[in-house]
Amino acid sequence: MRDVAVVSYAASSVAKETEFNEVEIIVPVIHNAIAESGIPKADIGFVCSGSIDYLFGGPFAFVAGVDAVGAVPPIRESHVEMDAAWALYEAWCYIQTGEIDSALIYGFSKGSIGDPFDLLTMQADPYYTIPLWPSTSDMAALQARAFMERTGRTERDLAEVAARAQRNAVTNPYAVRADANATADAMLATAMVSDPLRESDLYPVSDGAVAVVIAADDVARSVSKRPAWIRGLDHRIEAHSLGVRDISTSVSTSLAARHAGVSGAPVDIAELHAQFSHEELLLAEALGLDSSTTINPSGGPLASNVIMAAGLARIGEIATRITAGAANRGVAHATSGPCLQQNLVCVLEGV
Amino acid sequence: MSEAFQSKHVLEYPGGYTRSVGPVIGRFLTGLRDGRLVAVRTPTGKVVVPPTEYDPVTSESVGGADADFVEVGPAGTVTTWTWVHKVRPGKQPLDHPFAFALIRPDGADTAMLGAVAASGPEAMQTGMRVVPHWNVNRNGTLRDIAAWVPLPEGAAIPEAPARPLVEGEAPVTGVVQPIRLDYTVTAGAALTRYLEGLAQGKILGGRSPNSDEVYAASRGTDPKTGDPTSIEVEVADRGAITTFCIVNIPGLSALAPPVPFVSAHILLDGANNTFFGLIRGCEVDEVRMGMRVKAKWADVLKPDHTSILHWEPTGEPDAPYESYKDYI
Repeated sequence: MRDVAVVSYAASSVAKETEFNEVEIIVPVIHNAIAESGIPKADIGFVCSGSIDYLFGGPFAFVAGVDAVGAVPPIRESHVEMDAAWALYEAWCYIQTGEIDSALIYGFSKGSIGDPFDLLTMQADPYYTIPLWPSTSDMAALQARAFMERTGRTERDLAEVAARAQRNAVTNPYAVRADANATADAMLATAMVSDPLRESDLYPVSDGAVAVVIAADDVARSVSKRPAWIRGLDHRIEAHSLGVRDISTSVSTSLAARHAGVSGAPVDIAELHAQFSHEELLLAEALGLDSSTTINPSGGPLASNVIMAAGLARIGEIATRITAGAANRGVAHATSGPCLQQNLVCVLEGV
Repeated sequence: MSEAFQSKHVLEYPGGYTRSVGPVIGRFLTGLRDGRLVAVRTPTGKVVVPPTEYDPVTSESVGGADADFVEVGPAGTVTTWTWVHKVRPGKQPLDHPFAFALIRPDGADTAMLGAVAASGPEAMQTGMRVVPHWNVNRNGTLRDIAAWVPLPEGAAIPEAPARPLVEGEAPVTGVVQPIRLDYTVTAGAALTRYLEGLAQGKILGGRSPNSDEVYAASRGTDPKTGDPTSIEVEVADRGAITTFCIVNIPGLSALAPPVPFVSAHILLDGANNTFFGLIRGCEVDEVRMGMRVKAKWADVLKPDHTSILHWEPTGEPDAPYESYKDYI
């Protein structure tokens, strides 16, 4: 196996971008990521993106990204209709082949283009689920209640997660929802949307982009004093239908965590792709994290959730803290599909 | 910077998606039409509803024999639920607040999604008993169950009401599924300036400070480098046809003229990309590569594509092939 590290991370995120289109949103973010990486653009071996056509309003959302990257002469490019964390997985595999030494990964979307809780129902089973059109927060709420009734967690526990996310988000320049004085009581006073989930338990609609540059071995060492090394990376998927799996937990997260080696050493920080507050508690349990780990110091997806990019942002947030020396070992998690159907776990270390 | 243009956009397929459902889902939908819940038994003995064509654990094929199918419910137990405060009328089964629940029908080992019509969230509880409230007119869709309703303890399980019999009715083989997604799209800065230019009878493009190449109607970047095209440049409303197509298929779009017509790529003077347009004002067999054309502007100019009606020949000598060979 080649050692691969995250060497730069850039992002942008606002609640509603009314001035710029997708290309114009992506351009400054990937330029920042490339500039910060210290690797000349022409030397980057591969470009891989994550996007979703339903949040573009038409087919081939990734084409917008190609315009932003510049593809003359033709470049090595690929894309996934998933969170860009899976694009990073593809790029990591490509680096393992020895063909390339570095890659640019990015994800983007404008959640505000429509109602993402409504649009992303299109991810569900087309025969048995879509005809009833549960919103994604309705589906998440089914999981929230199943989790709460199994563990005894309460709506107040969820509110504590939501309040902490908003407080942590105050220092996050990409946060679209932050409040230094957020309290569980204030969260419990927000409107119920999909009982037991309130407005404050749902991610805030966000527009933006996230980009990361990864590099192998000596390339990473030559551009970064302290690269954030990817020491474990795995992803697992469960059945599509909600009724055939136990949604009170996430066996795919646990399995991915085991294969990524999460429990091999203490975890200083974790960034979890928890788009609904109960998911943070559920995922922490599935990953085997305890109170010694600081969870979602950035505020997580409850602070900013650029769909198709927020999972990659989790990896970037961990890498940034490791490179800065604020942590030695961290876990990033990304998810895709209704009720945490598919989960990716990435272990990053400073040495 | 002017405010970017926004417009409403709807993604919808007239009449809905037509899906073939196959024999297993078809069996379930036919069952709904008959007022019954049909499940499938997997080789390990698990009863799966709604039935899948495969064992959800082993992926082994199931449902190949009539004996694989069993009737379950219709009463069931709620395994988890949510109260839907924000109803999506027209998309969801009910137009007033209701519960979505996962319901395990009696005799089944899995749960199915259903809408529960209850008086409020206080009337909902995990473990509660519910039964389908069947529509009288059933046609083999998930909506044949109007909603599930609470089943009071000791109450009899209601039968599905009889529906009008249809002689020789075939099993359900497909569904028509309406899908509608609503958007507000933003043109972005570069496209907004381009559209504003059209309203002034101008074709506006841009170039990056690092290049002499001008892109008209760009999305804000030099597509070769990805650099922002931050310098605005007006290009001519005339140029040379680089390549074209004679369209003989009628009705491709509501905007298309009667066939045959010509659509072409035009290299505008001063631009380094081609522009798409309709060619009129000559016979279709007169159109050729290198032909010089100019925009026919509408009498009323607006910030949209209607400002240029089409392109017509200028009568100038054809452009030499060398001048446009890199843009074909």
